[in-house]
Amino acid sequence: MMQITEGSFAVAEAVRLCRPQVVSAYPITPQTHIVEALADFVANGTLDAEYITVENELSALSACVGASAAGSRTYSATTSQGLMLMAEVVFNAAGMRLPIVMSIANRAMGAPLSIWNDMQDSISLRDAGWLHFYAEDNQEATDLHYIAYRVCEDHKVLLPAFVCFDGFILSHTYEPVDMLTQEDADKYLPKFSPLERLDAADPISFGMYATPEYYLEFRYENDKALKGAQDVIATAGKEFKALFGRDYSAMVEGYRLEDAETVIVAMGSICGTVRDAIDEMRDAGKKVGLLKIRVFRPFPSEDVAKALKGAQRVVVLDKNISLGAKGATALEVKDALYGSTTPVLNYIIGLGGRDVRKKDIREIVALAEKGQGDQFYGLRTEVL
Amino acid sequence: MALAVGCRARPGKSRDNKTGSWRVFKPVFDHEKCSKCGMCQTLCPEGCVHEDTEGFFDPDYAYCKGCGICAAECPKDAIAMKQEEK
Repeated sequence: MMQITEGSFAVAEAVRLCRPQVVSAYPITPQTHIVEALADFVANGTLDAEYITVENELSALSACVGASAAGSRTYSATTSQGLMLMAEVVFNAAGMRLPIVMSIANRAMGAPLSIWNDMQDSISLRDAGWLHFYAEDNQEATDLHYIAYRVCEDHKVLLPAFVCFDGFILSHTYEPVDMLTQEDADKYLPKFSPLERLDAADPISFGMYATPEYYLEFRYENDKALKGAQDVIATAGKEFKALFGRDYSAMVEGYRLEDAETVIVAMGSICGTVRDAIDEMRDAGKKVGLLKIRVFRPFPSEDVAKALKGAQRVVVLDKNISLGAKGATALEVKDALYGSTTPVLNYIIGLGGRDVRKKDIREIVALAEKGQGDQFYGLRTEVL
Repeated sequence: MALAVGCRARPGKSRDNKTGSWRVFKPVFDHEKCSKCGMCQTLCPEGCVHEDTEGFFDPDYAYCKGCGICAAECPKDAIAMKQEEK
């Protein structure tokens, strides 16, 4: 059913329909509305779950780890500083192979303090072994939660996932969202069936000690499961499309890529702006296309290389920076294109909530055509 | 043997980890001097000192890390730390 609703509320509603049995989260801007709504659902009886209130994010994710190990479908949500406080547990959850789903309302990292949007938070934990989904709009943000649970709980995967959507730009924006019914959601998402679970009658420990003779192999298994998740995402996406019509089976999505000389690679809500800018540039005779990356981990290197094959230049927009190197997406794209002569030009944009407009996209494409890349775009040089 | 997903383990699995290989100095117990007070067993951080049927104590070398606490605490100086020869 189509509803005009706030992004955070739409996500909370989708999570409710996924029937998590345990929710534990600590409120932090701009994620707050999600967990407020979920607390309401539990209090008014529309969500039959334990809502564990905690003193901070470290405890929130720790509670989820325990609950997931005990065999519950678990959910959390956070952003920025809250995610960093969880960091130790983020790695543990992946190593213990627990299919926790966590929404990230993407926000900049301090210092300086910023509550505004970029993707530095989740990107900084790209190596933790979680799946990373990035949503372009609130429809996608809600739908990716069903997909995430389906994929994560598959016994071929058994890994946790971040479902990332841009703080404020999506989380606090009202958009039309086609919401599943409970019956639909139940049809798509079966009950969580854990491989093994904590049970006092048959004790077991998770994430035990591994000596140097075993640790390397455990990391190999984690990496293999994460890379293998691509096939499971493809299947889960196809089944979602068959039921509800929206297609999330591909890790990447192209827009007007045919005959495109310049291809812009981007993630998240900026893709909407890029699509509009591309339409205008196409009308003006410029052959520009978009490659949107929906799944950042596992990184779909082969799909990216295939999609960028005909491009004369690749423009990578990063709302993050691996300080001392480049934007994280650019590093991945360069790796995917290793051995090709196609220039990859990286632009660091929109950090800490700086607005990125259609005219900025046009200017970036103009810079790329002149070969001027690998820069922070839109620097206010008068304050430097 | 396939690895357990998520490094999961049943109780008692830590016994597979034979920490005796870490040892540089080996405690050697002299039953002639021993008064059977049991301090070595009480204070062993590894829990690897066991009492035999006659009431004497001996370490399980499969797990003894050679920390030397038993030798330092023995009131009869009945435990000598000898360098391992490997």
